[in-house]
Amino acid sequence: MNLTLFVWRQEDANAQGRMEKYEAQAITPDMSFLEMLDVVNLGLIAQGRAPIAFEHDCREGICGSCSMMINGVAHGPRPATATCQLHMRHFKDGDTLHIEPWRSKAFPVIKDLVVDRGSFDRIIQAGGYVSVNTGNAPDANAIPVPKVDSELAMDAAACIGCGACVAACPNGSAALFTSAKISHLGLLPQGGPEREIRVLRMVEAMDEEGFGNCTMHRECEAVCPKQISTNFIARMNREFLRASLKHAKT
Amino acid sequence: MSSPFSFYKSTVGKKIVMAVTGFIGVGYVMGHVCGNLLVFAGPGPLNNYAHLLKVSKAFLWGARSVLIAAVVLHVVAAYQLWRTSAESRPTEYVRWSPVNSTWASRTMRWTGPLLLIFIAFHLFHLTGGQIHPGGAFSEHDVYHNVVTGFRVWWVSVAYIAAMLALSLHMYHGVWSMFQSVGLNHPRYNGFIRHAATVVTIVVVVGFISIPVAVLLRLIS
Repeated sequence: MNLTLFVWRQEDANAQGRMEKYEAQAITPDMSFLEMLDVVNLGLIAQGRAPIAFEHDCREGICGSCSMMINGVAHGPRPATATCQLHMRHFKDGDTLHIEPWRSKAFPVIKDLVVDRGSFDRIIQAGGYVSVNTGNAPDANAIPVPKVDSELAMDAAACIGCGACVAACPNGSAALFTSAKISHLGLLPQGGPEREIRVLRMVEAMDEEGFGNCTMHRECEAVCPKQISTNFIARMNREFLRASLKHAKT
Repeated sequence: MSSPFSFYKSTVGKKIVMAVTGFIGVGYVMGHVCGNLLVFAGPGPLNNYAHLLKVSKAFLWGARSVLIAAVVLHVVAAYQLWRTSAESRPTEYVRWSPVNSTWASRTMRWTGPLLLIFIAFHLFHLTGGQIHPGGAFSEHDVYHNVVTGFRVWWVSVAYIAAMLALSLHMYHGVWSMFQSVGLNHPRYNGFIRHAATVVTIVVVVGFISIPVAVLLRLIS
């Protein structure tokens, strides 16, 4: 397969970026999208030019490192698929692809397609944890957890924090990520003691990072590689309302 | 309880304010359309109904105060949230393709201001009577005002256009407000989505039927 790529190139955080045109040649349909970029980069290196910088780690769809807009859709055209698991067989020979980094004030571009997702870490630091005293591990079945709750918590915990939700949102909202983290801990008994303070602090941290607000376009759940549902956003809103009425002070 | 200020300061709090004020607005238009449809029963029933609304000054201004407060809060919160969202993406995408969002959801920020302009015109047109092309405005003959008002073709066209904006705004908003306050459950989600669509269609068709009937001389 031969493809034409328009890729965002930006030397560093302060540089002015621009779209540049590349030809991806001799691509096989079995390559992943990142392997296709590897091939393009080998060609660039051979010519003595700077390779396209992009983030990747596990290439198994579970680490949440890969992050790029492909033809205007976060992680490309396949639903429930991270960029690393997107294969070139889903494109046609001769296709033109636009590849851009996530765009958000809270995700500044570091270089080319690499963005700084530290804002997500700071949201987690604000309340995405469970405080427990260390000691012997408790008996596994000592705390009963309803099956429905454990399944829902697991659905939320599937979030890999890739940031596609923010990238796809017309408002640049991080509501899907934040709500998944709030739900995954808040649904379980171990997360119960910090249920109110968690939602108040994490929503506050989300706002401080400069993310937009959720207007339920539901673009996020369409591109989420882990298919996190926007029902979790409604849950976060409910939890926030409950905590605001109940909790004394954040 | 955390302070109302910290509640409102958050984007989630503002959305809840928008949902509650939006709910008041939807409740109002549902009542409004029911009252308006009395026009088909003739001048007597419509004028009696209009008179009834104004019997108690306390009730009239109490209701108006709630509606004015709801509109102000809704508009202010919408403006602030719009600014936050606009600033959250300083560099636009060269290419962006929608997957799930609807035309209604993406035009909320345009149908909203359009409706605000419409409400101002509508109050001058049929409540105050300061702008009433097509004939004299009578404070006690609502039926007369409606018929003469909608006889002017461009007034009817503008009204119908505003109602189509209302339909888009309600199609997304009536469903979305339940999400904003967290009223979401697998058992009711489908019902809420369908109910929002049905309410939108009934309200908008009800409103539009009146200028159409006037223009077709079904009411005169």
